[in-house]
Formats: sequence, C-alpha cells, structure tokens
Amino acid sequence: MFENLTKKLESAFKHIRGQGRLTEKNMREGLQEIRVALLEADVNYKVVKKFIEEVQEQAIGQKVLESIQPAQQIVKIVHDELVRIMGEKHEGLKKAENGPTILMLVGLQGQGKTTTAGKLGLMLKKKGQRPLLVGADVYRPAAIKQLEIVAGQAGVEFFSLGEQANPVDTCLMAQGEAHMRGCDTIILDTAGRLHVDEEMMTEVRQISAQVHPHEILFVANAMTGQDAVRSAKQFHDALPLTGVILTQMDGDARGGAAISLIEVTGCPIKFVGTGEKLDALEPFHPRRMADQILGMGDVVSLVEKAQEVVDQEQALKFQEKVRKANWDLEDFLLQMQQVKKMGSIGDLMKKIPGLNKMMPQGAGDMPEDELKYAEAIIYSMTPKERRNPKIINGSRRRRIAEGSGTTVQDVNALLKDFERMKKMMKDMMKGGKGRGMRRNAMPPGFM
Amino acid sequence: MAEGGFFRRLREGLGKTRSNLADGLSRVFGGRARIDDSVFESLEEILIEADIGVDATMEMVAHMRAVARDQRLETSDALYQALKEEMVRMLAPGDHALHWDADPPPHVTLIAGVNGSGKTTTAGKLAAKLVAEGRAVLLGAADTFRAAAAEQLTIWSERSGAGIIKHAEGADPASVAFDATDAAIARGVNNLIIDTAGRLHTKVNLMEELKKIRRVVKKRLPDAPHEVLLTLDATTGQNGLQQARIFTDALTVTGIVLTKLDGTAKGGMAMAIQKELGIPIKLVGVGEGVEDLQPFDARQFVDAIFE
Repeated sequence: MFENLTKKLESAFKHIRGQGRLTEKNMREGLQEIRVALLEADVNYKVVKKFIEEVQEQAIGQKVLESIQPAQQIVKIVHDELVRIMGEKHEGLKKAENGPTILMLVGLQGQGKTTTAGKLGLMLKKKGQRPLLVGADVYRPAAIKQLEIVAGQAGVEFFSLGEQANPVDTCLMAQGEAHMRGCDTIILDTAGRLHVDEEMMTEVRQISAQVHPHEILFVANAMTGQDAVRSAKQFHDALPLTGVILTQMDGDARGGAAISLIEVTGCPIKFVGTGEKLDALEPFHPRRMADQILGMGDVVSLVEKAQEVVDQEQALKFQEKVRKANWDLEDFLLQMQQVKKMGSIGDLMKKIPGLNKMMPQGAGDMPEDELKYAEAIIYSMTPKERRNPKIINGSRRRRIAEGSGTTVQDVNALLKDFERMKKMMKDMMKGGKGRGMRRNAMPPGFM
Repeated sequence: MAEGGFFRRLREGLGKTRSNLADGLSRVFGGRARIDDSVFESLEEILIEADIGVDATMEMVAHMRAVARDQRLETSDALYQALKEEMVRMLAPGDHALHWDADPPPHVTLIAGVNGSGKTTTAGKLAAKLVAEGRAVLLGAADTFRAAAAEQLTIWSERSGAGIIKHAEGADPASVAFDATDAAIARGVNNLIIDTAGRLHTKVNLMEELKKIRRVVKKRLPDAPHEVLLTLDATTGQNGLQQARIFTDALTVTGIVLTKLDGTAKGGMAMAIQKELGIPIKLVGVGEGVEDLQPFDARQFVDAIFE
C-alpha cells in the first residue's frame, strides 16, 4: 500500500519536476492523495485537515530536489511529521516513589481491558515486579471471573470484592491487600463504559479521586474509526488520562486512530496488544506505526527481529545464493530453523510489504507441526539429494517418506513448496532490481 | 417496532453530548442557505466522520452535486432531504427482518465477530427476548477460548431462562456446536443460539475453525444455521468492511448486528458493508438492557443520525 501511495504521489508530482520549488499549487494533487491515505487509515477528519496544513507549511518553498523524486520528498516529510506527533520514542510506565504503583485501565466496552490487565501483569512479573490484578468490573457478567482466570494464567496475584461490592471500595481495599501480599504494582481493571454515560463516568472519576492512580491508561482498539476523538476526549476531560494502550494490532487495520488519540489526549501510546496470548504486549514504536498508517508494512521490526536471530554472514551468503538461484534444500532447512526462532511465519509474512499480498491466503500460517515434518523429511534425505532435489525420483521419495515417518504425498508436497518458494524468491529478487526499496525490504536471511 | 424506542434512545444518547455530527448538520442544513462548495465540503466532513468511508463519501458527495444540479435544488434544506432519501435507499436492499421459525425446528442462529464486538451480550439479549416471547431457547457456548466466556453466557441463560450447552474451557468449539444442535433437536426447542469466540478475520486457522462449526451444525441439521449474524462495533472504522468481507466468505453472513450505537459513533461502516457486500443490518444495540437490542429500520437510522 505504501508503494501504492508513493506511486500515486509520483504521478501527482510528475509535473513539478524542474519547477524549482514546492508551492501550494503544485502540491495540491499530491497532498490530496496523502489526505485520502490518512482518512482511509481512520485518522480523524479534523486531525487530517490540521496535519495536511502543517505538512504544506513545512513543504512550501522547499527546493524540489533533483536527486530524488518529489513524491519521496513529500512522503518523507509526512512520515517524519507522523513520527514527531507520535512521540519519537517509547515511553515506559511511571513508578511510584514509595508504596505500590497504581495503574488504572479505562475505556469503552470490548476494547480488551481485562486481557490487557493480564498482559501487563505478566510483563511486570517478568521484569521481577509483583503485580496485583484487581477486578472492578461488576457490570459485565463474569468479567471478574475472567480476570481471576487471566491472573492465574499469568501467575500473578488477584483481588476483588466481587460483583456485589461497590467498585470504588474494591479499588480502595486493593491498596491494603497489595501491602499485605507484598505487591508493588496494582492494576485496576475497570468496567467498559460509554463516555456519554454520566453515571458510569462519575463512578470512574470517583475511583480515580479516591485511589490516585499513577497511570490512567485508555485502552482502545486499533480498528477504531472517526469516533476515537470523541470518546478519548471525554475520557480525558473526565479523568485525566496519562497514556494509551492500543489493542488488536495483529489485525489488518491501519490504526490511524493512534494519531487521533494522541492529538486529543496529548498522551503517549505506551503499549500495543499484538495477539491473543498473554505475552503479546509490546512497547509502542512510533516509527513502525507511521509505516503502518501509511501502509508501509512493519519493515523495521521485521528487520530488527531478523537481526536478533540471523547470523549476518550466513544471511549474506544466502542472499547471494538466492540471486544465483542455486538455493537448495539445505538452505531451505536452515532458513526454516531461523524462522522458527523468529516466531510464526504468518506473523512475519504480514510484516513484509508486497509479500503479504503476494502470498496465497493461509500460506503464511504454516503451523509449527508442519515445520517439524518438513525438518524430518529433509533430514531423511542424503546430502546429495538436499543439494540437488531434481534427482529425487519415486523410489527415493518412498525411502524418504519411510525414513521420516511421513507419506510420499508429504514428501511431494514439501518438494512442491520448495520449488514454489524458490520461484517466488527469484521473482522477488528480480522485482527488487533497480527500485532498491524492495530489495532493502528483504531482511538479511529471510526465507 | 414500537414508535420511537430506538429513535428515542438514540436521540437521548446524542442529546447527552450534542454530537459533532448533529451540530455539523444543523450548521450545514440549518435552513435556506444557498448551496455552494462549502456545503459539499461540510457534507464530506460529516459523512467521513460517520465512518461511512472515503470512497462511499466521495461517491455520495459527487452524486449529491449531480442531484443538486439536475434537480435545480436551491436550498441546503432541499439537498438534505434528497441526501436522506438517498441514504435510506442505499440501506434498503436485502432482508432486514429476522425470522425465528424453522420447519422443522429448531431454528439455529450462529453469532460471529471480532473480539469485543458484543457477541456474547447479543446472544444473551436475543435469548432473553425470544424466551419472553414464549419460545423454548437453548444457548450454545462455543467460545471455549476466552477465559470465563461460558460463565458469562451461563449468567445470561440464568437471567433469561434459556437452557445452555457448554463444555470445558479449551474444548473443541465445533463439538460444542454439534452437541448443542443435538440437544436442541432432542429437547424440541424452538431456537438455538450459538455464541462463538471472538477472532480477528486475519487469523486463517481461526476462520477455518468457524467454517468447521458451521459444517458440523449443517451435518446435524442441513438447513441450519438459518441466521449467521456478524456483530460489528459501531465505533469500527474502515476495517469493518474487510471484517465483513472475510467473515461472509467463511460463513455466508445473513445480517449485521450493529452494537454500541448508544455512544457517539454513527456506525457508518455498516452502510458501506450494505453497499459493497449487500449484507443487511438486522439489529442495532442501543444500550445495556435486553430491550435495547432493536430491529433495524433504515429511515429511523438515517433520521437519528441527522436529527
């Protein structure tokens, strides 16, 4: 999608090459493209308007650089501006100077507060802290029970006075409870509520006034649309908020609500939820988010993750092999093992622009089990077969199947996958030539 | 539908905050102002802020420009009336009604959607409504993933007087659906409502799981599920369309339940879904109470937005 935007901008800016400077007039068409891209990413209408005005102001009068495309010049200004708004770097959680740190989670219904409470608990526990999860949602049936189960899964302390109690009392009592149990962080899971519900907003204000939380975190869904500005603003006016947690970032929403939320609350986004499992909570990275809002794919984090586990030298050798198309099953195996270290292939594929659309649906979701089978099959081949899969005839296939405890069909499927992958990578390498961007987007050693 | 139930509630909701949308509209359409570019600009802002989507908005604004020209509309009031008619017309196609009878019974409803969109609450409210109408209802707790989801549905079954079929947490949801269908047949109930786990449409294996749930129900009862409802949070942005597209690919969704419409969000995505995919909105959720799950009415929906 980012490439689409760049392409659209290239055509919009074609005529201004050689015009010397960017002006309001020669930028109009290009800025309209950016405006649409941001609106399509769910950035609020008014926020987009303000944003475009700012970008225009910055860009007007800039020399049209002859060395790069004007489109890229504008995209860079836009990207940098998005990053600036989102706060350059990750901000962690505040800590109390003495006594337990109190974190309070608030938000609309169904944003993932209870799950996020569990995720925060697990994250803090891993850092050596002792969190206490507090169930204060007395409205949604079984919400407190859900938090108790989640706390159990995370292996952290849990407390609640139950559904009959006043949530304000539960939150107040939690402080003594934390003291008794030696907990250093209290995480208050409050009920989901609408910002227009006076009664419920009064309740959450009461909790805040009595407990004095160090952080009031607004939990919001990355799929949220234009209304994000209204709900967040009213929560912020009532409380005030200190940070935002953006959930369900593992979907395919562009997440422009992030910009809206930051604009109206002035609060940083502190964490993002990236999956259903309890360890799927990550620090927020503005640069990656800007990429995603512009539809660029999360290249940065993919590269970072790849760098953690991939042997650089090996990776270079691998790239060379792919380019020369003498990539064999031994490399395939090696790559698979490295990918396994990086996490699910599906998650990885989605992070690569271009590739996420090229992949047939479901192709990226190869389960761990299948990796194990593939490993077993390749291990059952002779080195000669691995280097030259073309020699694997019927009888060799039968032998390999027997040796790996699989079937001939499995062996066939693996060989077919291998050939397809090989072809795909060859095409990708070709596609990358000249444009530069695609090739750079390929992390070293990515299969 | 009782006059004004939905209408009144929605207006109350809007009244609490004086929504930007209503403000904007009264500004734009507040009378006999001449139609100029600024009117269309405001119109664009209003439609986009209602989450109707960029493409649909651009199309509608262009259309209204043509209408204004062709019909020689002179005041913004007239433009507003024409737009309302247009929106109602766009929302009209398809069957918006829910038919709760099956021959032979039971009538089976499958509820699906992304996490936090209100599936369990919708299942519970529907059960309560149907029991109140004198029907025998069974709930199937096929969300075996989220902690305490079955407990949540159990509380709804106790409140409503509907029966419930559930397995242990982590059980195969398809087997819950199968057993629930079996039990519904054996007990001769009128309606079975199956609640499924929330899932993002991008998780291929979880979408496969949904297909399997549908398959096993069908195996037991070839005409079932009679209704496949997709819950959509009214605050959802542009992603709603993609959600609906993939869910209906997997399940053949028969209708949208637009939840949480009692906030300030307008649920405009449902309009884009109707337009692009032809899936009708069947129910709207406008509050926490059982009576707040209401049949959809296009005119009231549009009116409530523009009031």
